[in-house]
Amino acid sequence: MFKRLLTQEGPEDWAGRIARELAEARDERLRNFYGAALVDPDLPLEQVPLVALDFETTGLDPRVDEIVSIGLVPFSLTAISCRGARYWLVNPRGELAEESVLIHGITHADLRRAPDLRKILEELLAALAGRMVVVHYRRMERLFLNKALLSYLHEGITFPVIDTMAIESTIQRRRSSGLANRLRGRRPLSVRLAASRSRYGLPFYQPHHALTDALATAELFQAQVAHHFSGQTTLGQLWL
Amino acid sequence: MEAELIEIVGFVSQFPPFDSLPEEALEEAVQQVEISYHRAGSIILNYGDPIHHLYMIRSGAVEVFRRNGNLYNRLDEGDLFGQYGLLMNNTIRFPAKAMKDTLLYSLPERVFSQFCERYESFSDFVELEGSSRLRQAVTTISAVSDLITSKVTTLLTREAFLVPGDISIQEVARIMSAEPLSAVLVIDSRGEGETLEEGAIAGILTDRDLCTRVVACGLPGSTPAEEVMSTELVSLDHNAYVYEAMLTMLRCNIQHLPVLRKGVPLGVVEISDLVRYESQNSLLLVNSIFQQPSVSELISLSQQVKDCFVRLVHEDANSHMIGSAMAVIGRSFIQRLAELAEEFLGEPPVPYCFLTLGSMARDEQLVVTDQDNALILDNDYDPKEHGQYFLELTTFICDGLAACGYPHCSGEIMASNEEWRKTRRQWEACFSDWLDNPQPQALLHSSIFFDLDGVWGRLKWAEQLNRFIARRARENGRFLACLARNALNRKPPLGFFKDFVMEKDGRQRGSMNLKRRGTAPLADIIRVHALAVGSCAQNSFERLEEVIDAGILPQGRGADLRDAMEFISMVRIRHQALDLQEGVEADNNIEPENLSDFERRHLKDAFQIVSNAQNFLKFCYQGGRLS
Repeated sequence: MFKRLLTQEGPEDWAGRIARELAEARDERLRNFYGAALVDPDLPLEQVPLVALDFETTGLDPRVDEIVSIGLVPFSLTAISCRGARYWLVNPRGELAEESVLIHGITHADLRRAPDLRKILEELLAALAGRMVVVHYRRMERLFLNKALLSYLHEGITFPVIDTMAIESTIQRRRSSGLANRLRGRRPLSVRLAASRSRYGLPFYQPHHALTDALATAELFQAQVAHHFSGQTTLGQLWL
Repeated sequence: MEAELIEIVGFVSQFPPFDSLPEEALEEAVQQVEISYHRAGSIILNYGDPIHHLYMIRSGAVEVFRRNGNLYNRLDEGDLFGQYGLLMNNTIRFPAKAMKDTLLYSLPERVFSQFCERYESFSDFVELEGSSRLRQAVTTISAVSDLITSKVTTLLTREAFLVPGDISIQEVARIMSAEPLSAVLVIDSRGEGETLEEGAIAGILTDRDLCTRVVACGLPGSTPAEEVMSTELVSLDHNAYVYEAMLTMLRCNIQHLPVLRKGVPLGVVEISDLVRYESQNSLLLVNSIFQQPSVSELISLSQQVKDCFVRLVHEDANSHMIGSAMAVIGRSFIQRLAELAEEFLGEPPVPYCFLTLGSMARDEQLVVTDQDNALILDNDYDPKEHGQYFLELTTFICDGLAACGYPHCSGEIMASNEEWRKTRRQWEACFSDWLDNPQPQALLHSSIFFDLDGVWGRLKWAEQLNRFIARRARENGRFLACLARNALNRKPPLGFFKDFVMEKDGRQRGSMNLKRRGTAPLADIIRVHALAVGSCAQNSFERLEEVIDAGILPQGRGADLRDAMEFISMVRIRHQALDLQEGVEADNNIEPENLSDFERRHLKDAFQIVSNAQNFLKFCYQGGRLS
């Protein structure tokens, strides 16, 4: 079933795609990032260094909205390491919309003092390099980062991700598909982060803090693998 | 920029030992945390594997096992495991398994060791074995009461006043009014030299003696003091505590108590010295028991027993003190009822001794208790001639007791039951049979007779019977093995898990009986050891002292047992007091949801001690002798 997720979007061949990106990239930081990328689809998950990533943004549209905070935490299937956790506030170029301020609890004053993305880019890309990025809802992180890089470096970024929300959707679709399940009245359950976590017995975390959400995503992925996959599941079965 | 891990700090800081760490230490700890998810049923730690982390449960539940596969503990949100492995050569001693889907926080060994070094509260929490943690708990609780922590010597306001035995009572009265004194100690007039040797005190003479034994009898003022003094001298060692003085005076119903150091008198404690220690006291209740003119007045007075119990609990008395005070009150009811019965029925045709059995005999009585008693009769007792008198006497006492709040014994172990009125010879034969032909089943019902104490009449007979039992039980392997086997019948629970009592086999219950599962098995264990060393003591704490002195327990185990007894008893007592205050019928059942965290944690430790003590008992008496 995860074969289908894989072919839905993104290249069949991440190795070739990344190799092309590496050849075309001009920025040193991007070249380093691509150079360290994990591209072997047969790599078993238990050997894969992972990093959970979450952005909080001024809105949902990458064309007009911007990143205001970034949280990430490196992990593996067996351990999430708080020591490597990072969190940045980012000064957006545009004005903050009032409603998004309310969601994140981040004020204009906080952001005025924060560096702009350019200053943390090197550190951010270094933290992601050599690791498989795990996100909950892939469009957010990949599109926003691509847009940010385009505006600062005039070249975009692309990389494979594991999307815990896509995994959860597939599980929910399978659970509710077929005549028997439909007759039983099974409907797909919510695949939002908190709802998904609760199904695995994971605790409730206060949402909308980029680091907490990254942590929550890392825990969710460990739980999904423990329940539906194994350490032998290969990267190629899950990446998008 | 250091990332602030709000969710983790917020969680960890709620639980011991992290709750007592300074903020910067907590932040530092959280930076080092690793998180891992474990699906229900998966193994987290394998026995014998190396271990380099301390684990804390963030969500879910974990079962920890003994090496032999028995369940050791069931852990919940906020609980720790792995500390013993870290302290024991980094080898896992207790394997662990996720019981539900579980999220764990783990702290690297380096931080664990640093914190152990730097923060005493942290090292205390993770290093202490259950028993030492319990010791701390018992000490913390009992440190509050003056009655328990003050030595009796602090009550002494002046040196003992000594007079020679041949001094005239006229002279004694003159000294008493001049000093002033209400009692003098009398030295044996035949004693030699100036120094007081042990046993040199021949008796005590009080102002009351001058009234009742001199003036009332019309004796001349020239009568020597030694002719009218009380020679049955009740005294206390200088190491005794204030509450022991109180209990001794209560028990013997005396007003003056000499305090001796190696037999040399230091002073005399008077009942008035104690009053400032206990204002609304059990002394007053005991005094009024003896002043009630009839059973109906005794019944109305008995309403105060429960208030007295609650007061003692509020005054932070320890369990020995409360148990003794309640036993003394119970004994006083028996004594007064016996007096009234004799007034009504006339002088007894032959001498007798009224015995109390079980918790009252052990001075471990609480409020929820039925009566257990028996009667020793003179060997000249003739059922045809005297039977009716003693039937009426004992029925009067036992029914009176029941009316005063000590319900009839459901097993009919009462003096009013003819079976338990025996002559001295019959009692010895009866005990000989129990001792020499022990049958586990029969002993189960008669074990209550191995805690016995005289209350009224020829008290010496009870002492003699106790000595007889102690002599015959000691080194009687078959009997002790039988008793030991019965002491293993009631197992303590494993502890608590959420709002359930956790049984050893993993079953969960909503409540448990603290007497049946805690104090009674402990008293059983202690009785076996006490009889094995030939102790005549009845109280579990006093028995333990003698058992410890005899050296039959492994180092430190005796003290552990004492702490466990004290802690479980106090939880039982406090919850009964709470019930009484709320106007609810007090019982021995306890629901874990009503336990404080402090009580939960230490009860678990105490149960562990009971369990270890049962295993030790099994080990001592196993092999061939258990028929």
